[in-house]
Amino acid sequence: MSLHLSREKDIVIVEIEGQLIVSNRQELKQRVLDEAEGGARKILVDFARTGYIDSAGLGVLVSLAKRLRELGGDIRLANLNDDLQTLFELTKLDTLFQIADSRERALETF
Amino acid sequence: MARHGTLDLRIPSDVQQIEPVVAAVVRRCAELSLDARQLALNLPVALTEALSNAILRGNGEDGAKEVRVRVWITDLEVIVEVEDQGSGFDLEACTEDPTTPENLEREDGRGLFLMRALMDRVERFTGSGNVVRLTLRRPGHAA
Repeated sequence: MSLHLSREKDIVIVEIEGQLIVSNRQELKQRVLDEAEGGARKILVDFARTGYIDSAGLGVLVSLAKRLRELGGDIRLANLNDDLQTLFELTKLDTLFQIADSRERALETF
Repeated sequence: MARHGTLDLRIPSDVQQIEPVVAAVVRRCAELSLDARQLALNLPVALTEALSNAILRGNGEDGAKEVRVRVWITDLEVIVEVEDQGSGFDLEACTEDPTTPENLEREDGRGLFLMRALMDRVERFTGSGNVVRLTLRRPGHAA
């Protein structure tokens, strides 16, 4: 997995390339927490180039959402393909996250 | 029932081994024309969960212990067995539903749920070690 972080106004965009699984979830968690520590409150995770996600990867997203919301911010998701959308629906995490079908739409929701 | 492909891999108890093993299994199944959605979602996610359980819970990340992965691919189904060398853990003890409102915001507890949701059958038994067997039926393939 590789992460690419960029900024659009006050929104930090995190692109995940590859798989988000137990062996690399900590990297995502630390990078986002570092951003939050630096004052970021709006995080957009873009899954356009993400492969599959396991339960550990889903767990990290849940953990980050809780932390961001405690800080008065939020984490939102964009560009889930059909398989990833199914994963979020199976686990009902689609009810916990605001999910947009494009990065542009996700940016508009913040 | 014709068997078209098998794999037999042994890996050390290191989570960094998960991704390459999953890729090898998916590649073999792709060569035998497994359904695209099963290749992209069901198989990789369920196998990642089984390997993660075996490495972290079964073998306790003990570098001296191995995980064995065996795969059989037939016209009808894909069977994957993940065997660890630990003292065993009770799959049935992990049946809490992660989708209930009280569990939805938990960071853990979705692994077995996903295996069961994405596979047609999940079994655990004791062979020479502790084995989790995942069975995935292939849509549209006649016997």
